[in-house]
Amino acid sequence: MFEKFLFYLFAAVLIFAATMVITRRNPVHSVLFLVLAFFSSAGLWLLLEAEFLAVTLVLVYVGAVMVLFLFVVMMLDIDLAALRAGFIRYLPVGLLVAVGMAAAMIMVVGPRYFGLEKYAAPARHGAEYSNTADLGTLLYTVYVYPFEIAAVILLVAIIAAIGLTLRRRPTTKYQNPSSQVAIRRGDRVRMVKMPAEEKVPQK
Amino acid sequence: MDFVVALWDTLNQDWPLIAILIKIVAILAPLMLCVAYYTYAERKIIGYMQIRIGPNRVGPRGWLQPIADAVKLMFKEIVLPSGANLFLFILAPVISIATALAAWAVFPFDAHLVLADVNAGLLYVLAIASMGVYGIIIGGWASNSKYALLGAMRSAAQVVAYEIAMGFALVGVIVAAGSLNLGEIIRAQEGGILHWFWLPLLPLFLIYYISGVAETNRAPFDVAEGESEIVAGFHVEYSGMLFSTYFLAEYANMLLISALTVVLFFGGWLSPFQGTPLQDWFSWVPGIAWLLAKTAFFAFTFLWLRATFPRYRYDQIMRLGWKVFIPITILWIVVVAAAVVYEAPMTSLGTWVGVVALVYLAGNWLAGMLRTR
Repeated sequence: MFEKFLFYLFAAVLIFAATMVITRRNPVHSVLFLVLAFFSSAGLWLLLEAEFLAVTLVLVYVGAVMVLFLFVVMMLDIDLAALRAGFIRYLPVGLLVAVGMAAAMIMVVGPRYFGLEKYAAPARHGAEYSNTADLGTLLYTVYVYPFEIAAVILLVAIIAAIGLTLRRRPTTKYQNPSSQVAIRRGDRVRMVKMPAEEKVPQK
Repeated sequence: MDFVVALWDTLNQDWPLIAILIKIVAILAPLMLCVAYYTYAERKIIGYMQIRIGPNRVGPRGWLQPIADAVKLMFKEIVLPSGANLFLFILAPVISIATALAAWAVFPFDAHLVLADVNAGLLYVLAIASMGVYGIIIGGWASNSKYALLGAMRSAAQVVAYEIAMGFALVGVIVAAGSLNLGEIIRAQEGGILHWFWLPLLPLFLIYYISGVAETNRAPFDVAEGESEIVAGFHVEYSGMLFSTYFLAEYANMLLISALTVVLFFGGWLSPFQGTPLQDWFSWVPGIAWLLAKTAFFAFTFLWLRATFPRYRYDQIMRLGWKVFIPITILWIVVVAAAVVYEAPMTSLGTWVGVVALVYLAGNWLAGMLRTR
């Protein structure tokens, strides 16, 4: 009973937050609502006893990816009028894409393939059940090749992204931290001993 | 006494919610007291390090200073900047303190003294800790102030960089212990001071601790506040109770990082005399006393660092995080994973690390001697 209440609570918050993400004018608010959406979907995953996925969702998306999003969005100079300018012009294209995506999603997860009578509710496990261990075993035995291929693709993407954005400008001056650290007092300062100035004899 | 025990049992059985609430209070009330006196300890310790006395006016030897500070902050006016987003402005410190306190839920104080003994305890702590930065970013943004926004930006970049190093350091601990449960991680370190993970995982321990200092925005990584550059950074517009909420969160986070360092690398509640002839002499000491003593030491090092080091330059922080810490942690994860795969005990890895570290230190000392000649 309590579980059901939690499910509907998280689901309601998730739908509310997702709607706000696409309707808020201010991008920072949108990003914050997206954080809320991730958070409530993590709650839904916890109800599924998928604690590893839930915690990783919070850790990776909320803790790292959305922080970067916020970082970028806060830097932007947001011109609300410009954002709204092309709304009517692009509306037909947007609608077309939306309808296409909705149709594709209904075809995949529509009521024909989805529902309690098609899939039985997963069995409840005890408190000592570790979803993390199960997931790890599956990933590194049954799905080891897809897993490795995905990892390699990600690596290639990282290298490509860095390669595309990295440019060395000849005018940029670089520091060499190891030589900065290795500096000794004698390299910068020379202690000089000088005799005190002698008093000029008065006439 | 029997009546209390009986009452507690009925509470646990019939009213679990109330029992849990009482347990939460039993954790948070001492924690808040520790936080209050941590601020006093900071002022005193840094005072003595700088050859002055520190607060000594309120109460005997200044012991009532934190109480006076709390009362003062409570009665101060909360200034709401014009043009600020009020909801987010007030929400931000709440997020800060909530994440700083929520992480204690899975913290094992003794062998069976833990509020929620969850399987993925370490991941939970990491996830909650990674949310703490939202308090700073949202606060900085909602203040509608240049300095606050700059502080928030710096904090965001720093936290993202150091969280990766921190996460990788924790991966090493997880691989070595073979569990995500904090209690299990402590039990994996059983067997005396040389069995604790600080020795076999020495690079990860150093990186974890330094990243922890960076995550809490403490000196020498306090560019998010940087008084000499951006006034007070993200909390420049905050005053009164809202400011003190940030303050409490920062100190609670410092205690959390100290306590986690103890749990992950210094054997938590385990006695340091395990496996030595002194073991029986100290068997009467409860585990929580060892845990608190070790935590107090690391809490002290936070203050020590602040009194010793000048603030890092921003580019130095980024370089240290991305180019030094992350490669070292990845390398050491491979070493630890190889040790686990080839079933080498952690202690033999620790011996090697200890020998290499000693040789390095001796070589460094010798080189220094030769140079001064």
